[in-house]
Parts: sequence; C-alpha cells; structure tokens
Amino acid sequence: MKIPDLTELALRNLRESLLRNSLTTIGISVGVASLVAMLSLGIGLQQLFSRRLAKSGLFDTVLVTSRRDLRGMGRDEERNGPAPAESRVLDESARLEIEHLPNVLEAYPDIRFITELRYDDKPHLTMISALPSSAKSKDAFDGMQGTFFSSDTAAEVILQKSFAEELLGKSPSRGVDETNVADLAKPLLGKDLTMRYAQRAPSPAPAATSADGANPADSALAAASYSVISREEKLTIVGVADLDPESMRGPARAKVFLPLKLAESLHVMQPTDLREIARAASDQPVYSSISARVKDPAQVQLVEDAIKKMGFGTFSILDASRGLQQVFRVLYAFLGIFGSLALIVASIGIVNTLVMAILERRREIGIMKAIGASDGDVKKLFFAEAGAMGIFGGIVGVALGWTIGQVINLGTNVYLKRQGFPPEHFWSVPWWLVVFAIVFAFAVSLASGLYPAGRAARLDPVQALRYE
Amino acid sequence: MTTASVVSAARGTVAIRSENLCRHYRMGETLIRAVDGISLEVRAGEFVALLGSSGSGKSSVLNLIAGLDRPTSGTVVVQDRDLAILSREELAKYRLHVVGMVFQSFNLIASMTLAENVELPLRFAEVDRSKREDLARAALERVGLQARMGHRPSELSGGEQQRAALARALINRPQLLLADEPTGNLDSHTGTEIMEMVREFNQQLGMTVVMVTHERALAERYAQRMIFLADGKLIDDRANVPTTAASGGQS
Repeated sequence: MKIPDLTELALRNLRESLLRNSLTTIGISVGVASLVAMLSLGIGLQQLFSRRLAKSGLFDTVLVTSRRDLRGMGRDEERNGPAPAESRVLDESARLEIEHLPNVLEAYPDIRFITELRYDDKPHLTMISALPSSAKSKDAFDGMQGTFFSSDTAAEVILQKSFAEELLGKSPSRGVDETNVADLAKPLLGKDLTMRYAQRAPSPAPAATSADGANPADSALAAASYSVISREEKLTIVGVADLDPESMRGPARAKVFLPLKLAESLHVMQPTDLREIARAASDQPVYSSISARVKDPAQVQLVEDAIKKMGFGTFSILDASRGLQQVFRVLYAFLGIFGSLALIVASIGIVNTLVMAILERRREIGIMKAIGASDGDVKKLFFAEAGAMGIFGGIVGVALGWTIGQVINLGTNVYLKRQGFPPEHFWSVPWWLVVFAIVFAFAVSLASGLYPAGRAARLDPVQALRYE
Repeated sequence: MTTASVVSAARGTVAIRSENLCRHYRMGETLIRAVDGISLEVRAGEFVALLGSSGSGKSSVLNLIAGLDRPTSGTVVVQDRDLAILSREELAKYRLHVVGMVFQSFNLIASMTLAENVELPLRFAEVDRSKREDLARAALERVGLQARMGHRPSELSGGEQQRAALARALINRPQLLLADEPTGNLDSHTGTEIMEMVREFNQQLGMTVVMVTHERALAERYAQRMIFLADGKLIDDRANVPTTAASGGQS
C-alpha cells in the first residue's frame, strides 16, 4: 500500500475510536511534555551558567603562570611536568614569545598587588589590578558608570561596585546586592584617591666589588638587588563597574583597576619579586602571571597547548566550562531518564490501545486479508496508527512542555523579583529538542506498535472472518 | 469494468483442480476432518455450486480455493498456481488479483463508505487515486448503486450491501468469483437480484463462479454443475441445466 493511502487509512481508523485514541495520544503528550520540560530545564540552566561565565569576559583569555609559583590547579599535566624549580621564568621575553604565538591578540602581564588607597582621609586596603585598553570592550564593563581610562598611562582608576560601597561607607544588605550603581558613582566620579605603594627601585651598582672582578655570583646577586621605596600616586576615579570583571579569580579578585602602562611605570613591588630575588640575574621584569587574549574562544585550547609546550602552566575558563559541560551531560542523562519514564508509561498505553483495536477490528482485518491485503499491509497499517499517535502526541507534548516551561519561568521570575533578584531566563527549548522530542515520540510509538502490528499481521483470516 | 474477452480468454481450460485435498483440524483430542480427500476439476467459465448440509465442508473447500486457508495434505491448483506451496505474500497477491469473494454477511467495512469499500482492494494493489475512483464509480454503477457511493453500509439494505460486496469482488477483474452463501441473509426477491448479477458476470465476463449454498433450488436455478459434499467428502458431482433464462429469473 502506498504511504498516502496508508496514512489516510490510519487516520480514519484513529478517528473511529476518537476518545480512546485521543486519551492514548494525550498520554504520549504528557510523556513528551515531561521529557521536554526536564531537558529544557537542563539546557536552560547550562545556558544560564554559560552566560554567567561569558559575562566574566574571560572566555577568550588564557591565564599563564610559571610552574615555579605552584599556581597550577593541581591537574595531572602540571603534576607530571618538569619540577617547578626547573621550569621557565615568566619574564618579559616569555611574554613577547606568547604574544607572538598564532591566534594570540595580546599578552599582558598580570600586575596585581594589595595596597592602601586613601579616600576622604580614610585608608582602605584592597587588591588592585592593571587592565589593558582592550579590556574596555569586555562585557564586564557593561553598565559601567563613568568612562574607561582616557589613555593607557592616565592616572585614573575604575572601581568595582563593592569597593565604591566601601568608600562611601555603604555596606551591602544581605540578599539585596542590586544597589544602584549610578547612585554609587554620582558622588565618586571625578574625585581623587591617593594610592600608597611600595616601589621597587634598582639599587645603585656596588662599584668596588665589580671593579675588582670579584665572585661572579656575587655580582649576579648584586644585579638582582633592589630598593623598596614608599610612594604615593594621585588617581582620579573615572568609572564604577557594575559587574565583577575578575569574578573568575575568586577571593583574589581585584576591586580597583589601573591602566596597564601606568601600573607598569610605577614599578610596584609584587609578591614574585621576593621569590625571584635568589635567581633573577637579569633586569627583565618577572611576572606572577600573564593574560593571553585569544582571537576566538574556539582557539583557546590550541593556544593553551602551545603555551604548555613552552613550559608554563595555563588556566582558562574553558577548563572550567569543560568540567561544567560534563556535569551538565550527567544532569541531562538524569533529567532525560526521568522525563522518558512518563513516555515509557505512555507507550504501554499505545500497546494497550492497539491490542484492543486488534480485538475490535479482528473481522475487519479478516476482510482486508480476504480481499487481498498482505501481512505487510496489515502490519504497516497498525504501525502507521501507532506512528500517527506518536507524532500527534509529540507535537502536542512539545507545545505542552514549552508552555509548562514558560509558566514555570514566569512564576520563578515573579518570585525572584519579589526577592530582589534580577529576572533570569533559565528555560530553553532549542529547535533540536523540538525535533528530537517528536522523533523520539514517533520512534517510541513505532516500537510500541511492533507487537500489536505483528499480532494483527499474523491473524488467520478464516478465524478472523468468523469473529463476531 | 473489464471486457468479457479478457476474463474469458481461457474459457474451457481447467481453472481449479484439487487432488485428494484434505483439511483437518485438531480440537482437543478430536481430529475434525473438515475436508477429507476431495479431488475435483472446475473448468474456466463454469458456474459450480457446492452443496451440503452444515458442517459438510463446503465453506472449508471454498476457503482453500480462495487461498485463505492451507490444505493439510493434497493439492489445490488454481489458474496454474499450486496454493499449497505459495508463500503468505504470494497468497495475498493471489487473493488480490485472481479471486473475488462474496460472503453471506457481506463483510463490508462499517467505517467506510461504499465507494471506499469498493476501492479498498485497489489500494492494496497500489492503483493511483484518480484511477481508483473511476473504477469504483464504474463498479458501483454496474450494480446500480451509483447514488449510494457516499453512504456507509449501515445506511443500506442487505441487498444493497451485497451488491456493493459484489462490486468490490469484481473491482480487480478477478478470474474467479467465490461466493459463500451469497443470498443467505437476503429475502428471496433480493437474493434473486444478486444471483442474476452473479450469473451475468459468469455469462458476460466469462468469470468462473464457485458458489457455496445449502439451498438446492438456488443451485438448480443458476449453477451448471452441482457438487455435493458430506462429512468433508465429495459424494456427488453432477451437471445441471439452469432453470432460469439468462434474460432474467423469477424468484
């Protein structure tokens, strides 16, 4: 029998027992809806997490550290590499080498230090970090009040919202972290801060010893020696960032940002300076870490591999997101299994409906066989009926699942709003899930039709014709 | 509808031949010999009546000839096809293209209109929709039901239903018409109408007709040959001169 004829006959047969077939189809719909609801929740949550990670602006950044610092994340490749003491120093030449790697846009030193900032004659101790001018385009500065640095060397500063609160003496109340950044920025923008810092200055050359051609080790040590001078720098507040540009760094994140070139020119004493003193025989600056910005997040892995080959440790948000993807895959599997349970129950309904249909239509099957229907025709007809119920159930189920998702999303957002949180879109039904759900419902229905269709096809026509 | 020449091309040749045909059933400990060693030959274009009391095996023989059932032993060869060795698929094709069947209880599908019932075999034969509709209309016109095409069987009288069943049996231009008590559920007047049609197909289209009936008078009126069965055995096989003229019969 041709497919259009088969479909027409199947639909006609389904219409004949409208109530029963509708109930069975509703069963499938509920199953599909539950599957769609579960999976779209999983997908939505993953997208929410990914969005949150992307907002950090670090998806295209590889953080490079020297293994000497033991700053690796304890991953196998770092444990198995050369001993930390023998690995390369992360100095200016390494930075230039990294910057010249393919797909790397720029590599800038990670200058960060804890120091005192005075505002309104009150001291505030905080972590300060230097930002390259390219950071301006990062999502992290979306919603920032004021402007980005006017130049890479300007004596300007951008504050993170929480530090602005600290300066103004406003402690964020618990659960309400959405203090209006504009309100915070208004009294601060254009005001000056005084930064007190320890400057590393090269020591005067010890002329006597070097002239005598004394011990070369001593002269190397002398070259690495430096003085620490206390300095002050006036900085103008130009911006207050709403988001946390360094959320990836956890507790080590900075709350005050300086232009990179300015920070470099200040020669602020950094923790690594103390560590490197014993061996740094060169006058090159040594960095605790370097951020390498990659052209495209897809190339982060390549760049990371290349940097690892150079003997450095790396960390990127992709590492974190990869782990997250694994977690979500497990979550999908669980949600999928729970979602499918209802569909499996519904498939038993299909078997039941079709077995009932065989009993009721026994004589009809006999007639069809008597006038020339083959076993295959009868089998295909029952398959088509099961498949049609599956497709209808799938379509209705997807719509139902989508509606459930929207309602729950709406309800949750109303709740979030009442709690003072911004609304979130954590429910997502991608097109592939729609197609997958309908195809899955169709496949499950066909599988459910296997037994009844086979049974109908095997009916003895003589017996079937005798059936009243 | 096909021309007489197509169907009756092989008139006079052997259409059905059975040799020592047996169909036994086991019912618990008892062996039922529904058909027990029947050998017969039916020539193409013949109108044969199978007669016998209830349980004599006449319907079982008809089912074996129709390819609805398989013999326990013996052979049944129809139009040079040995039905005992055909696969289920081949038997279905045989029923679709070679045989037309009419039943006592009409056996129309209640959920379908007359036109849909009549064209159902054409769906199995994968005939195009437009051609199917034309053929179904022509078949229903032939049995005088052109005005009832869109009606369901439950809206028709018994005679009309049997006429529709006849139209369905003929739609695939079969060489063999098998009728199982075709007038059993009809009053005598309607029964005569149906039998006249059957005879018309036999005479005008040269179709071989095998009719099962327990009414001897009906057989004598229409059949050219009467085969008597009892307890699954052939007990008599005699020629008969139909008592009604081809132009029309009396009930």
